[in-house]
Amino acid sequence: MKLTLKVWRQKNTNAKGTFVTYPADHVSPDMSFLEMLDVVNEELIRKGDEPIHFDHDCREGICGSCSLHINGQPHGPKHGIATCQLHMRSFKDGDHVVIEPWRAAAFPVIRDLATDRSAFDRIQHAGGYVSVNTGGAPDANNILIPKVTADEALNSATCIGCGACVAACKNASAMLFVSAKVSQMALLPQGQPERYRRVQAMVTQMDKEGFGNCTNTGACEAECPKQISLSNIARMNRDYFTANLFKEEEATH
Amino acid sequence: MTLDAKIPEGPLADKWSKHKFNLKLVNPVNKRKYTIIVVGTGLAGASAAASLAELGYNVKAFCFQDSPRRAHSIAAQGGINAAKNYQNDGDSIQRLFYDTIKGGDYRSREGNVYRLAQVSVDIIDQCVAQGVPFAREYGGLLDNRSFGGAQVSRTFYARGQTGQQLLLGAYSALNRQIHTGKVTMYNRHEMMDVVTIDGQAKGIVTRDLVTGKIESHAGHAVLLCTGGYGNVFYLSTNAMGCNVTAAWKAHKRGAYFGNPCFTQIHPTCIPVTGDHQSKLTLMSESLRNDGRVWVPKTKELAAKLRTGEIKPYDLKEEDRDYFLERKYPSFGNLVPRDVASRNAKEIVDDGRGVGRSGIAVFLDFADAINRLGEDIVRAKYGNLFDMYQQITDENPYKQPMRIYPAVHYTMGGLWVDYNLMTTVPGLYALGEANFSDHGANRLGASALMQGLADGYFVIPYTLGDYLATIGPKAVDINHPAFAETEREVKDRIKQLLSLKGTKTVDEYHRELGLIMWEYCGMARSEEGLTKAKGLISALRKDFWRNAFVSGVNEEFNQKLEKAGRVADFLELGELMVDDALDRKESCGGHLRLESQTEEGEAKRNDEKYSYVAAWEYKGDNQPETLHKEKLVFENVTLSQRSYK
Repeated sequence: MKLTLKVWRQKNTNAKGTFVTYPADHVSPDMSFLEMLDVVNEELIRKGDEPIHFDHDCREGICGSCSLHINGQPHGPKHGIATCQLHMRSFKDGDHVVIEPWRAAAFPVIRDLATDRSAFDRIQHAGGYVSVNTGGAPDANNILIPKVTADEALNSATCIGCGACVAACKNASAMLFVSAKVSQMALLPQGQPERYRRVQAMVTQMDKEGFGNCTNTGACEAECPKQISLSNIARMNRDYFTANLFKEEEATH
Repeated sequence: MTLDAKIPEGPLADKWSKHKFNLKLVNPVNKRKYTIIVVGTGLAGASAAASLAELGYNVKAFCFQDSPRRAHSIAAQGGINAAKNYQNDGDSIQRLFYDTIKGGDYRSREGNVYRLAQVSVDIIDQCVAQGVPFAREYGGLLDNRSFGGAQVSRTFYARGQTGQQLLLGAYSALNRQIHTGKVTMYNRHEMMDVVTIDGQAKGIVTRDLVTGKIESHAGHAVLLCTGGYGNVFYLSTNAMGCNVTAAWKAHKRGAYFGNPCFTQIHPTCIPVTGDHQSKLTLMSESLRNDGRVWVPKTKELAAKLRTGEIKPYDLKEEDRDYFLERKYPSFGNLVPRDVASRNAKEIVDDGRGVGRSGIAVFLDFADAINRLGEDIVRAKYGNLFDMYQQITDENPYKQPMRIYPAVHYTMGGLWVDYNLMTTVPGLYALGEANFSDHGANRLGASALMQGLADGYFVIPYTLGDYLATIGPKAVDINHPAFAETEREVKDRIKQLLSLKGTKTVDEYHRELGLIMWEYCGMARSEEGLTKAKGLISALRKDFWRNAFVSGVNEEFNQKLEKAGRVADFLELGELMVDDALDRKESCGGHLRLESQTEEGEAKRNDEKYSYVAAWEYKGDNQPETLHKEKLVFENVTLSQRSYK
């Protein structure tokens, strides 16, 4: 089938970007969206044009690298998958497809469709861990964890850190991402000793990075490729308020 | 130079503890005077960087991805083995050791493998303490499953995303050390070369993938935790960015390459749909517990299936060939990975493949659905069926799945001694990047175990011994070796960017992959390998004349990154073929056509090939020199496999 692509091109972070239209004339329904871009890029290179840059790696929906805003939706029209898992059979011959990078002040464009998401890393540097050194851990079965708790913690931990939640949010809020990380530890016994200082540190860093706030529209949950639940945000808010009201002595600031 | 694996003397069970006692220690006050460079942040790299920083060393860690959390360990699905014996089913360190040695077809070292089994139990404790949400029983204890044909349940798992959860655990430990300032993290940086001074590794040269800046980093030791080289086959289950560049540059600086031809091919992957295919997706081989593998009996029927003239279930039972059940009546569809893979390729080469491309065989669940009901099949395999349907748009409850083997893991890698040091002093290799523990084939759920064993529990001990020997004097970044290596890196980039031919880099990569798959894959022969050698050599020459690389260095330039990696794959491919030519035996994951039993099965030759092949680089376009490390077995009796 044949498609018309309207792609955001931007030379680097400081350059002004613009949409450029490209024909995609050799699209098979069996291709993944990124394979379609590979084919377009091969054609661009043969014509002497600059290929379109985009982040991608595992191409099976787990590394969280790919990050395309397709026809107004992060990771495109289908639910519960990342861009790399989207296949061209989701489109029809003759479709126009608009491809943009994540749009958020905290995710500056590096080039074309690739953005800098290191803000997510810095939020986790601030407190996204249990402070245990290697060695000296007790036998794993000394820590009993109810199955439902372990399952719920894993639900939060399935977040792949792609940033679709931020891209979906009109406020570019990172609350879904941060709350998933906070929740995993808040649910597990291993996370309890640092539970309140952790949430404070991570939220403080989130605010510093310039993400917006949450206004409960739920767009993040709707677009999340791993279907992380909004209840994580509620849990984080509760812990954050508890930390500020009752647990000041445990907090770092 | 003679290879010394430095395996400690004494009884197997005491080797590691004795060795740990004999290793020199670095005074705690002195640790902060050392800088360690860690390249790669998958399970091995992240765990090593965090653990070394916790000990007090300064660590500089590098990854080419935009975040350390995206390293390809993240994609491992099945689980991680550990000899905990939580299930009371007879597991032990001895048994995990034995299974691993046997699974590797007796081409790994007893000492290393025993140590791996010993520290496996500590890994689980460590990961749980970090908050890794492993699957649990209702009583709150950890759950286990049997994996990859093991007779005990020793595999710990977190749904189908064990790799992601373990990596997030190691990443969280790394984050904590980044926060304390003990680790300086460099995202989107690619290692371009190792810097050696007087034969010792003293640093690396990197390229900032956003700005193109070439920079030197000095350190007392360099740890390569850079994964495997399965992408030499172009199509594999590896991530797009996985590459051999770091290991290959180290090889050219004097690190021997161990068993490069040992690769693992996984039988249950989703088949290729066309030339646009960029990677392959693996499905858990647990599918073979209930699925039956078959193809049509005749080429004519296969051709009709391919064109859609008939549908799979139009074929009567007598027109189907359940070839694994036919050839291996006792193991049937559950023959090991290599046997299942090789037979599938033989069938396809025979013209009886299915699917539009004809490059696939059926994996059929109709019998299982009849026997168990769709609900039970869904409960067991629902997520895999969903994944299959999402990728292929075919419903595996209603028609047979199509599967085909794909390259999944490379057992070969940089040769290392018992301390994980390569033949270059101060240069270490951890995880899939080294050759050490899996022999000629790797057991399921053992890759994660080895990566974390190396990073958490081996290198923190063994590195100190070397560091104590060289002393804490800072490495001088102004030493001419750094400037010289930087110049060579820049020249190489300039050379790549000057390529303005007519073929794209991806075209070369695809061609290389086809050669490797055809002649250096599951079944190999003297004739095929000799042909492959010529083809690769010609392709490499053509690459340097006729490839096209766009853009400039001083920008985010993904095509330049790719060009450098493919150029290295083109060199590695030839070494893999040389290694495969040398090993005139069938072993582990591969069949050598000249070495078969009368029944046409793999025949190992212990008398002649019971060694690690360690290859020494001798300069551009020079044949490499083969060094042999004899493998000594004092605790296991070597046996031949049989699945008839």
